[in-house]
Amino acid sequence: MIDKNIFLRIINNLSDSIIENKELLNELDRPIGDSDHGSNMVRGFTEVKKKLENVKESDFSTILKTIAMALISTVGGASGPLYGTSFLKASGAVVGKEELDEKDIIAVYEAVIDGIKYRGKSDKGQKTMLDAIIPAYEAFKACVENGGDLKKASDEAQKAAAEGVEYTKTIIAIKGRASFLGERSIGHADPGATSSYIILKSIASVLNE
Amino acid sequence: MVGIVVVSHSRKLAQEIIEFSMEMAQMDIRVINAGGTSDERFGTDATIIMNAIQKADDGSGVVVLVDLGSSIMSANMAIEFLDEDLQKRVFIADAPIVEGAISAISQASIGSSLEEVKKSAERAKEYSKK
Repeated sequence: MIDKNIFLRIINNLSDSIIENKELLNELDRPIGDSDHGSNMVRGFTEVKKKLENVKESDFSTILKTIAMALISTVGGASGPLYGTSFLKASGAVVGKEELDEKDIIAVYEAVIDGIKYRGKSDKGQKTMLDAIIPAYEAFKACVENGGDLKKASDEAQKAAAEGVEYTKTIIAIKGRASFLGERSIGHADPGATSSYIILKSIASVLNE
Repeated sequence: MVGIVVVSHSRKLAQEIIEFSMEMAQMDIRVINAGGTSDERFGTDATIIMNAIQKADDGSGVVVLVDLGSSIMSANMAIEFLDEDLQKRVFIADAPIVEGAISAISQASIGSSLEEVKKSAERAKEYSKK
């Protein structure tokens, strides 16, 4: 079960992980984008940490909505509306919950994936964050269906996300400005998929502490 | 009169587009710059766009011109944040930002309807440059 304490640790930890990986994300965004994915995400998650202080007594849904609004108004790049939508959808999926179990996390994954598909008019295989998140969701769900707990499932999820990031190196970008580069986008990992992997990895690491 | 909101990743670029387009305007209309981020970087911010739409609307509706990527996503998000009543009279023009803005601003400034202003902006896609 994820209680309030663990939940707040997860949010702080994933924010810190993004902040620590600023240069890596900027670097990945250089050859196929505008080199600012790391800086944009860091601006967003620095604001998230600040806003979190004011709402840590609130329920899950309110906290997630606050995170969404912080990202929407500070990130600037495409990751603002995309991660913003993700957290808004996650907020909607946990209304009234005081603890989150495996089934709740599956519901969060589904809401987030639907939200990103809708916002970005995108799908798997287009060299986007979905190429990390969808495999993670599938691995998480399969693990839970086979009797795995949150720890095990979140670990399987982050491994699948890592493989998803590797997969983005092999495909052409269809979405965003990277798509203007066509074939030249092959060979580079997608920065959005990478930041999603970093987030999923930090969630798994908190749950496996 | 129909209001116009211009959303570019660059606030300066949006400002130039607006000033350039206003040369064609027959009357003063509400054209709001919703480009860039609150700290003056390249990018977009759904909350800035939402406020701009509210300012641009006098009850006749608003046509939003966007450049690419996050401009479109942030503009869509901004519209979802609006009251349902206002949502119904806000459209993102499926048009190139410069030609679309010139076309929409000219059309709005002669008192055309929301539908006409949107159509006029979208016809800009067909301007041949051969």
